[in-house]
Amino acid sequence: MAADGTPLLELEGISKRFGPVQALDRVDFAVSAGEVVGLVGDNGAGKSTLVKAIAGINPPDSGTIRFEGQEVRISRPQDATELGIATVYQDLALCDNLDVVSNLFLGREEIAAGPGQATRQLDEVKMEHETADLLSNLAVTIPSLRSEVGTLSGGQRQQVAVARSLLGEPKVVLLDEPTAALGVPQTKQVLELIRRLRERNLGVVVISHNLANVFAIADRVFVLRLGRAAGEFKADETTEEHVIGAITGVGDGREKNEQKPEEEGEA
Amino acid sequence: MSAAEATADDAQGGQESTRGQAIRRLVQGDLSSVRVVLGLVVIAIIFQVQEDRFLSAQNLTNLMLQITTIGLISVGIVYVLLLGEIDLSVGAVSGLSAAVMAVLSVNHGWNAYLAIAAAVAVGAAIGFLQGSLFSRFVVPSFVVTLAGLLAWEGALLQVLGKTGSLNINDPKITGLANTFYSDTVGWIFAALIIAAYGTVLALGYRKRVSAGLADGGPLPLVVRFVFLAAIVIVAVSVLNSDRGVPLAVMILLGFVVGMEYVAKRTTFGRHVFAVGGNAEAARRAGIRVNAVRVAVFTISGSMAAIGGVMAASRLFAVNQNSGGNELLLLAIAGPVIAGTSLFGGRGSVWTALLGALVIGSISNGMDLLSLSSAVKLMVTGGVLLLAVLVDAVARQQRQTSGRV
Repeated sequence: MAADGTPLLELEGISKRFGPVQALDRVDFAVSAGEVVGLVGDNGAGKSTLVKAIAGINPPDSGTIRFEGQEVRISRPQDATELGIATVYQDLALCDNLDVVSNLFLGREEIAAGPGQATRQLDEVKMEHETADLLSNLAVTIPSLRSEVGTLSGGQRQQVAVARSLLGEPKVVLLDEPTAALGVPQTKQVLELIRRLRERNLGVVVISHNLANVFAIADRVFVLRLGRAAGEFKADETTEEHVIGAITGVGDGREKNEQKPEEEGEA
Repeated sequence: MSAAEATADDAQGGQESTRGQAIRRLVQGDLSSVRVVLGLVVIAIIFQVQEDRFLSAQNLTNLMLQITTIGLISVGIVYVLLLGEIDLSVGAVSGLSAAVMAVLSVNHGWNAYLAIAAAVAVGAAIGFLQGSLFSRFVVPSFVVTLAGLLAWEGALLQVLGKTGSLNINDPKITGLANTFYSDTVGWIFAALIIAAYGTVLALGYRKRVSAGLADGGPLPLVVRFVFLAAIVIVAVSVLNSDRGVPLAVMILLGFVVGMEYVAKRTTFGRHVFAVGGNAEAARRAGIRVNAVRVAVFTISGSMAAIGGVMAASRLFAVNQNSGGNELLLLAIAGPVIAGTSLFGGRGSVWTALLGALVIGSISNGMDLLSLSSAVKLMVTGGVLLLAVLVDAVARQQRQTSGRV
């Protein structure tokens, strides 16, 4: 599905150490436009550390990051945002006391034209209009754009968080456990939304514990184990058992040998 | 006017939701300003029955003058509360700033406006300092401003020197709290306020219609407009039948309207709400959280100074008690009574005015009944406790219905 030349985002030899813990050890990772990559692994495998390295929250100790073929430095969250990398964290980082429109535009409010500009007056009408457009494009249904985010269901909140990440017109979206703590119908909505991100030709990285969900949406599954790359699979050419083997390290060698040629092919 | 604006503000939200939601909002405290207005009516009835001077034009004018200082200080407190923080130094800062103004004006012969500007600058600088300490070293604002409360009270004694009291004689300063406008000017104010409000409503509605976002007709706006106009007309006619519209009331209203605009309509205000609601989310959204915090404490210090200037103007003097006694606690209690949450992220600047009205009415009414300050303090404490309990219950109900 991917493979149209250079990957959008490419990491090479990324290492990160927290004191005595080697959280990431020479990890290579890539995502292309229009591709959904599932990033899986056990607790402490380094999934979040990898995402935080890409998002500029915890810059890696060593390794190179290339974006659209160009080598880049991502040392602050703003660097990632400016490149076009958006991150949706597990805790969503929404303000429950603000409404949907305010949350979507938080930190990038539209300023009204005219005399209000001196006070950086909000252009509520414009923001509400754009919110309505964006949400209907994504087929996200929220009862009222002016309802407080705290009143929404978990699935709706997740969709608001994802929609917010799209406002900056990103090219890559990182989703940290987007379906954790969601019920079945809500999970379905969120997975639908992720498919629509792929249709928009975005590169999507999804961290998840739930392999069923990963297999439902991902084109490629990337396994981390104890900070190292432990296998990379095409979702339609493998089974959950294989991936679980790579996650737990049972039959590790066999998986690695099997996958080696493919890994090299994609890198 | 305050009531109209506050209820009208809530009505705007209600207009977009169904009637069921409006009822839920009332129960859960989003319409707390309606509750407060009802409370004010009850207070007025109780005192009026006991003492028929309570609703006289003269007493109502006095009431408005009495609440000016508390109301102005509360405007700053609202911002601090929106962050979920507290500023315990505002009383001491108001006293110190007023003392600085008095010393510069009386002892050094400074121009009145320069002396006032210096007082506000002192308040702003103190707020900036406290805000910086709080956000830079992550010390609880409670502790930083408690230390401030002690230190600035000491500074007040120092600035006042041996006499411990300074009488202010510059008419430009004393005029702030003791100027009344003629009937004609009062009506011109009324006309201007009503016209401005109507224009703002009409322009806003037109913009929503042209953007295709108008849901429902203009009827709710018309209701709001008529409500506000009625209150303005009644207020001005009451004030005119006594000494006229006081300058102090216009100053208080000016700050309330201006700071409400900043809180609800500007990017800065939106960021204050965001930091108060979820500081981590605000930080990740690229908001400079510490800058917002420092700015808010600077506002709080500045408003305290402005309140102190008005208090000095009304008393014609600054003394060792300036900014002391229960001023601090009443200034914090006011907005909380009127519905600004202590937990951050919820409230409006109108609650500064409404709360000051509630506290001022109780105090004023009990003075008319010649009750002892023992009774006054206990009653005021009871009202504050009741208000905080109502806030807590409203919060619990929001949580049980899945709203944090």
